[in-house]
Amino acid sequence: MREIDASLITEKVKQLVMDTEYFIPQDFISAIEKAIDKEESPMGQEILKTILDNAKVASEEKVAYCQDTGYPVFFVDVGQDVHIKGGNITDAINEGVRQATKEGYLRASLAYDPVIDRKNTGDNTPALIYYNIVPGDKIKIKFAAKGGGSENQSRQKMLKPADGWEGVKEFVLCCIANAGPNACPPFTVGVGIGGTFDYSTVLAKKALFRHIGERHPDPRIAKLEEELIEEANKLGVGPLGFGGSTTAVDVKIEVAPVHIASLPVAVNIQCHANRHKEIEI
Amino acid sequence: MSEVKRITTPLTDEIIEDLKVGDRVLLSGVVYTARDAAHKRMLEEYEKTGKLPFDIEGQVIYYVGPTPPKPGQVIGSAGPTTAYRMDKYTPKLHELGLKATIGKGFRTQPVKEALKKYKAVYFAAYGGTAALLSKHIVDVEIIAYEDLGTEAIRKLTFKDFPVIVANDIYGGDIFQQGQEKYRKINLECSL
Repeated sequence: MREIDASLITEKVKQLVMDTEYFIPQDFISAIEKAIDKEESPMGQEILKTILDNAKVASEEKVAYCQDTGYPVFFVDVGQDVHIKGGNITDAINEGVRQATKEGYLRASLAYDPVIDRKNTGDNTPALIYYNIVPGDKIKIKFAAKGGGSENQSRQKMLKPADGWEGVKEFVLCCIANAGPNACPPFTVGVGIGGTFDYSTVLAKKALFRHIGERHPDPRIAKLEEELIEEANKLGVGPLGFGGSTTAVDVKIEVAPVHIASLPVAVNIQCHANRHKEIEI
Repeated sequence: MSEVKRITTPLTDEIIEDLKVGDRVLLSGVVYTARDAAHKRMLEEYEKTGKLPFDIEGQVIYYVGPTPPKPGQVIGSAGPTTAYRMDKYTPKLHELGLKATIGKGFRTQPVKEALKKYKAVYFAAYGGTAALLSKHIVDVEIIAYEDLGTEAIRKLTFKDFPVIVANDIYGGDIFQQGQEKYRKINLECSL
């Protein structure tokens, strides 16, 4: 049994959140750099360069890449041989978010109550935390700062088994086209297929954590990902929706076993503020 | 790409008539911020009192909720939020004299109609480029609804803030026109 202090989790989460807000992952930066030459629209090219400039300023000055510093979403794998002392893990994570919001000059972007008064919680807590118990004596924490603009354009649909891949493909492409300029493309698109109604959406979000260009280990799924990337970039949406050939830098699919009557599909749109990072304690 | 027009707020009918979809504009002068919560409160108050928190004649609203400033900064990161969420309120504000809004993404038909009817434009700023855009804001003052935090109404002063005319009084739409040009597949979509 390995002991981990709750205060260490808070400290690590605080740093993780701030780093994620200031530093856009290199794989995404490289994908944008590559896209500039391929982009057909001159305005699209200019926008892609502006996106890189913004990433540079954010990282050099350690300021938020986007004013929407997002909904804090965590996927936490807790090794079953870990014992957390000095507090509980959920409080420790939320305290890290609270401290990052204050000390990192992040925007408070959560409303406590969705329909009654929508009062701001003031510190970006409570975070959304998915736990998973895994073998081992480590804690792996994956964090995403999920912007509201692209989350608003994400969709779920319960298709029929008869709809098959063609139905899935049409739904995904329609979601991307519909998201258009409202959700700040170029996108990374997470697609969850299978599971239950709710689990499909979790799969779609999980998919966004994979590296840009990394294909699904099952070559049959990898082929479907490639098909979606190619088709998505024919939609014409382009950088920030002003028209062009760079609409999605990547599309990731995650799948799960499914009821014989169902074909759930979820599409989680990620804007160009592609903020996610992971650490291990 | 068109040449850059430099304009200063407040805006007049003559300035609006000269703006066409795709025009690049460097905007200077006073601009007010408001997003979802401020719009809701502002219009509810207007229903009751017939007043708005600022004189809206000829003014511009920027849909933004900035991050808090770091020491030494005028304002934190301050890029545009998605505009269509304000569409429920926008035609009324144009009727009352608002001359332009700044945001990102599509507007709905009632807003496009209001732009024609009341002579106003919708500017798009580059979404998500908030660290860069904040450098064009040289002064900030909260003037109403301070309890709303990032959603409070702020009076900003812009210096050469870069925007593009997305919808004009002639019915043009930069997103539709731009996307049609590069679209290679057509979809029948029902979400």
